[in-house]
Amino acid sequence: MNALEGKQVWQKYNCNACHQLYGQGGYLGPDLTNIYSKRDTSYINAFISTGTTVMPDFHLTEKEKQYLLTFFKNIDASGNADPGSFTINRDGSIEQ
Amino acid sequence: MLSTGFIFGLTGALQYVLPGFLKQVFSFERTRPLHVSSIVFWILLCSMGAVFVYLQQHTGKKIFSSRLLQIQLGLFVIDIILILISYCFGVFGGREYWEFNPLLAIPVIAGWILFGYNFIRSVGNIKNQPVYVWMWITGIVFFLFTFLESYLWIFPYFSRHLVNDMTVQWKSYGSMVGAWNMLIYGSSIYLMEKISGNKQYARSKIAFILYATGLFNLMFNWGHHIYTLPTHHYIQYISYAVSMTELFILGRIIFQWKSTLKAAQKYRHHMAYRFLWYADIWIFLNLVLAILMSVPAVNVYTHGTHITVAHAMGTTIGINSFLLLGIACDILEDTSVSARLNTRLLKKGQQLTNVSLFVFWIALIGAGIVKSKWQMSPIKPAYFELMLQLRPYFMTFFFAGIGITTGFMIIIIPLIRHHFRCKNLRKEENDKINQQQATAA
Repeated sequence: MNALEGKQVWQKYNCNACHQLYGQGGYLGPDLTNIYSKRDTSYINAFISTGTTVMPDFHLTEKEKQYLLTFFKNIDASGNADPGSFTINRDGSIEQ
Repeated sequence: MLSTGFIFGLTGALQYVLPGFLKQVFSFERTRPLHVSSIVFWILLCSMGAVFVYLQQHTGKKIFSSRLLQIQLGLFVIDIILILISYCFGVFGGREYWEFNPLLAIPVIAGWILFGYNFIRSVGNIKNQPVYVWMWITGIVFFLFTFLESYLWIFPYFSRHLVNDMTVQWKSYGSMVGAWNMLIYGSSIYLMEKISGNKQYARSKIAFILYATGLFNLMFNWGHHIYTLPTHHYIQYISYAVSMTELFILGRIIFQWKSTLKAAQKYRHHMAYRFLWYADIWIFLNLVLAILMSVPAVNVYTHGTHITVAHAMGTTIGINSFLLLGIACDILEDTSVSARLNTRLLKKGQQLTNVSLFVFWIALIGAGIVKSKWQMSPIKPAYFELMLQLRPYFMTFFFAGIGITTGFMIIIIPLIRHHFRCKNLRKEENDKINQQQATAA
């Protein structure tokens, strides 16, 4: 299973309208770049299966949920999106 | 399009104030693209219209083909309707910022190619043209290039690597905004030339230096969108260095402040100029914000917060929309008939919009500061707690949004009514002349 299929699910339901990846996206929901390492899969699964007070239930199929989890795993492995942990250099540049 | 954008903008803002509002039937993943696309198409349609009207005035000739223009408009209108309907049915492109299904991008590309072809054939010789013609050409070419670039993700080669894909995406969107700004700023330079009667500026060295600075930033100053991505460091350094050239533009605005004020005094009764003057203030405010956000050490605090939204709203409403309305005032104020614009009402609309926009802008910056503090803290409370803390800011920007919408309606409705009144008067006058000729014969 590759992340591309999960990304297609992410785009199909326009998740970016409310959530961010590396700070890019809407601000109605939290940034999900590193959600995979912060929460266990059953926690993520619960959210994407039922929705929340703000997020509707998208009625994702089991396959779509799996794809989405793989996508979260991959984006999490690509880097760290927590700006609080970045180093600020004296020349004004930043490092992850 | 502007009114549609406001309706969905207010619905989206209400979804921030009342969490879960219309959750199952029309949730935020639908209202947001409806709002964004409506506003982007308002900007694009108006920019294209302004370019064609001013191009005819500049060359003193009709455009190359009005048939091509009709086809272009038809393509856009049908496509826009389909795009808005597609969102309502939950069909998305799913990309951050401006998105729709890739199939619906084809008419936009086709329409834009017709626009470019018609424009180039209408201009004829590009030698010795003033700066605004070069800005229009640049805007047309770069919009097409960046729009095509923004759809590279449909090829797995580009979308396979998530970080590279996001880099290409923000490279294209960052430059695309610069491209439509070229169309709008070009038209406003032409408008200023028309109001002042001074034809020297658009052919001066300083105008071309500023144009070159804008073009340089259009091509290389997109990196501030992705400072926090794990990409190559040189992207950050290039963008950081390039963005500092904007200080030159900022310095010029401050240096010319006195003469700008003098001009404002001189042309204060001119409705179109008043829009340019308000846009100038918003250019100053947003440029300061943009330069600050271009410093990576500052960007790390502002990125992913409502401060970026404040910048986006400040530029699309305070700069783009004000300039376009100024241009609309100039074009619609038909001097060949006796009807005059209701300037008193328009001034009230301008005042209400500006005050509301300022409150809106400050509320977003305030929300951004709170979110920035939250995301920089080592132990972050739950996201819903942050959202509760932000509620007063959301309520402020919702009510300010109502103010902006009302202000714009006070401006747009009289403009549209005036346009139809002039049209009717022209028709009546033509009928009268024809009747007189018939009687004489």
